[in-house]
Amino acid sequence: MTVAQVKINETYKEKYGFSKPEKYVFKSRKGLDEDIVKEISAIKDEPEWMLKFRLRAYEIFKSKKQPTWGADLSRINYDNIYYYLKPTEKKVSSWEELPKEIKDTYDAIGIPEAEKKYLGGVSAQYDSEVIYHSIKKEWEKKGVIFLDTDSALKKYPELFKEHFARAIPAADNKLAALNSAVWSGGSFIYVPKNVKVTVPLQAYFRINAANMGQFERTLIIVDEGAEVNYVEGCTAPVYTSDSLHAAVVEIFVKKGARCRYTTIQNWSKNVYNLVTKRAFVEEDAFMEWIDGNLGSQISMKYPSVYLRGRGARGEILSIAFAGAGQHQDVGGKAIHLAPDTSSQIISKSISKDGGRSSYRGLLKVIKGAKGVKANVRCDALILDDKSRSDTYPTIQIDEEQVEVGHEASVSKIGEDQLFYAMSRGLSENDAVSMIVNGFIEPIVKELPLEYALELNRLIQLEMVGSVG
Amino acid sequence: MLTIQDLHVSSGKKKILNGVSLRIKPGEIHVIMGPNGSGKTSLSLALMGHPRYKITSGKVKIDGKDITKLTPDKRAKLGLFLAMQYPTAIPGVSVANFLRTSVRHLKKNVKPPEFIKSLRSNMAELKIDESFASRGINEGFSGGEKKKMEVLQLSILEPKYAVLDETDSGLDVDALKLVAAGIKKHSGPKMGILLITHYQRILRYIKPDFVHILVDGKIVKSGNHKLAEKIEEKGYGSL
Repeated sequence: MTVAQVKINETYKEKYGFSKPEKYVFKSRKGLDEDIVKEISAIKDEPEWMLKFRLRAYEIFKSKKQPTWGADLSRINYDNIYYYLKPTEKKVSSWEELPKEIKDTYDAIGIPEAEKKYLGGVSAQYDSEVIYHSIKKEWEKKGVIFLDTDSALKKYPELFKEHFARAIPAADNKLAALNSAVWSGGSFIYVPKNVKVTVPLQAYFRINAANMGQFERTLIIVDEGAEVNYVEGCTAPVYTSDSLHAAVVEIFVKKGARCRYTTIQNWSKNVYNLVTKRAFVEEDAFMEWIDGNLGSQISMKYPSVYLRGRGARGEILSIAFAGAGQHQDVGGKAIHLAPDTSSQIISKSISKDGGRSSYRGLLKVIKGAKGVKANVRCDALILDDKSRSDTYPTIQIDEEQVEVGHEASVSKIGEDQLFYAMSRGLSENDAVSMIVNGFIEPIVKELPLEYALELNRLIQLEMVGSVG
Repeated sequence: MLTIQDLHVSSGKKKILNGVSLRIKPGEIHVIMGPNGSGKTSLSLALMGHPRYKITSGKVKIDGKDITKLTPDKRAKLGLFLAMQYPTAIPGVSVANFLRTSVRHLKKNVKPPEFIKSLRSNMAELKIDESFASRGINEGFSGGEKKKMEVLQLSILEPKYAVLDETDSGLDVDALKLVAAGIKKHSGPKMGILLITHYQRILRYIKPDFVHILVDGKIVKSGNHKLAEKIEEKGYGSL
């Protein structure tokens, strides 16, 4: 008896891996140059300042070198990507109005049903554009804005301009610059003062075309004393050629506000997932990132909290699952810029079948940020000898009056654990699944029930396979 | 009947059991005593199919079916249970979840409401606080709590044959009484029991039909409960 030789998830292909015929009202030619940037802006009929922003970002993108400090990105060919695909002429707010192929896609994934059951609003992005959007009346009445980012630029130009690219400037990194140049779609949320949105708002991102680049841009503003819970899911067809997903997510959590952002990323294993996520957290506010990375070929994603006001809190819970051919280079960053701020980063990774997972994190406390409490914990579980796990924690503390903790562990599924569970009637696969689910339980228990079940189910699927 | 035929067991290069034979009929209670390192725990783990303990020759049968080459889950499905001396923790898997999963695999006709009822009543009988149901199994449990947890599993799973490896050690007098009562109640007239112990004290509550003495991987003497009393008084040297 050895630890289960678990096969790569064979069922992804049936459930999410299908693709629909490409019917687009506009498809840019492959590759990127200034003309394509201008074309995107023109199609969207944007104000002059946005076009200028895009062009400047494009220059920054060209001038920056491909990052080499993390996962291997050398196979990305920026000339072989479609940067903009417009699937339909207009956004709709009823599923019935969607073209059949697109509606079938979301039906198969189960989004319309979820919307009925437990969501306060849904946004669905298909390749470059948000094609469906709805928010329940009760939230709209309270002044909650939940729109695609393109529409928000037109409808709320001042609110938009005040926050856009303020947390993540185009020059932040090469992929953020690329996103800034060609961004399209994404969610825009504004929650007015003291409004507490008690049900989740969800966005669903789908890449359909081959060699597609999806560059959504999400902007969330939670005003003083307000609360919101935002969830995003992502899938794509299984193609032999690679797709690129390079999103930028900026969040502003104002005084005393709370925001929870949950991602269950289940991209197909041909997607490069390179995402910049950052939250500015003001006085007594609370930001929570829950980041689940199951899919993609390579993910590089380090959601961060910039704790800017006294008493601000940040929490980052990260789960990574790396199977054959996958490298999950993920983690989190907590930057303490004010006194009495606190942060917690909990990372759990599972590697199997030669997969590689890395925790990469930053904990920074600036001089003068007294009374900071920060804790980092990363646990890795390696299921076989072919797989790998690494930890790259960076800690920079420039203040003495702080309480900082860091713990890391790497473990394999113990023979004794397996034996114990099997002696109670569980097959080897069931025993491995149970142990893995127990390992990630501290994060799963933070998820809303529906997502916890979904995550457990996905892990179960990943675990299906032969027993050695 | 649980039949152990001339069992030879090695772990790594070390030979541990050198031909152990036992026949345990339903309803019988057999006790194995023996000095430290005589192979008692190895016997229990080999019976359940632990991968570190290789059966090099001999056979184990449950009701006529040869289980010598079966994985632990298949042995469990045929009605064998092992209460371990040092049960391992599985972090994040709650006691309730662990047991529910186990019941689902071993007792397919038990419905969830029945399971919850049986979990509650058995926990109460063993004086295990309700809060344990949602704690990670054996995670941070004391020695005594772990032993109770094994007996709780025995009570709920009700196997045909149970091997109890020093389930009585590390318990205070009150806990010992509870554990013994639990074993007695759930073994009933039908369960065959192989009880491994160092001490005579649990035998005040559970009357054995047979007592066997294991030394250097071999049963050197068998008798009734008087043999256990003699060992307690005079030690293994007296044999």
